[in-house]
Amino acid sequence: MPETVVFYLFAGLAVGASALVIGQRNPMYSVLLLIASFGALSGLYVLLDAPFVAVAQIIIYAGAIMVLFLFVVMLLNAPKEDAAEWDRTHPLRVPGVARWGTLLAGLLIVQLAMALTAIRDLGAPVGSRTDALTVSSVSDLGRVLFTRHTFAFEATSILILVAMVGAVVLARRESEQ
Amino acid sequence: MIPLSHYLILSATLFAIGGAGVFLRKNLITILLSVEIMLNAVNLTFVAFGRYAGNLDGQIITFFVMTVAAAEAAVGLALVIALFRHRESLNPDAFTSLKW
Repeated sequence: MPETVVFYLFAGLAVGASALVIGQRNPMYSVLLLIASFGALSGLYVLLDAPFVAVAQIIIYAGAIMVLFLFVVMLLNAPKEDAAEWDRTHPLRVPGVARWGTLLAGLLIVQLAMALTAIRDLGAPVGSRTDALTVSSVSDLGRVLFTRHTFAFEATSILILVAMVGAVVLARRESEQ
Repeated sequence: MIPLSHYLILSATLFAIGGAGVFLRKNLITILLSVEIMLNAVNLTFVAFGRYAGNLDGQIITFFVMTVAAAEAAVGLALVIALFRHRESLNPDAFTSLKW
């Protein structure tokens, strides 16, 4: 069944790339691997009949946010954690707090997987509801966004304005007068 | 067809990876990248549930999460630049003087 194959391909790609993101010492590689992970997620969105979200994922995340990250990594030019620091802070080498954090993260995965598999109803395929719309069109999305969610949409514009002003103020070099 | 639980387990795995990155890494930029992984895991949950329930609200809220992620990245990276100018370091342990 091709859909299953594609799902596991993209899922494996997303998990593998994300795991490598936090396993890399060089932030440059981390950013590039995260772009790969976002690409895989966008494939999953296509599989979930959400093509507009998939395109927005590529344009906004991979195209805008990750370029911003890359820009900062290149601008700061001091990216690599040195090897001694890496050895000292590597979770598999340091006992205590860091290993405790790894244990908790692993426990979180196990708990969530157990909880999710315990619920019977979730075993049904995602697209099995007959009254559901099949492929969501952009015009439908726009209609919902600008009628039921108008206030949230407008509030988002204020949020972006505040973030823009905040970023400019924070990153500005203090002028010596 | 893929069961909904598969999407949710994948999303939980991604979220746990992001959480582990936030707690384990000693680089401010990688920590911000881990936050982005967590936000994307949540996005996947929203879209999967929206597809399961058969309405568009899951996709709508995904757009809002993306917007918040963009704002968070802009402000967070501005803070990283300001901190780096201050200490010439990206290690969060270099900024402990905020403690008192």
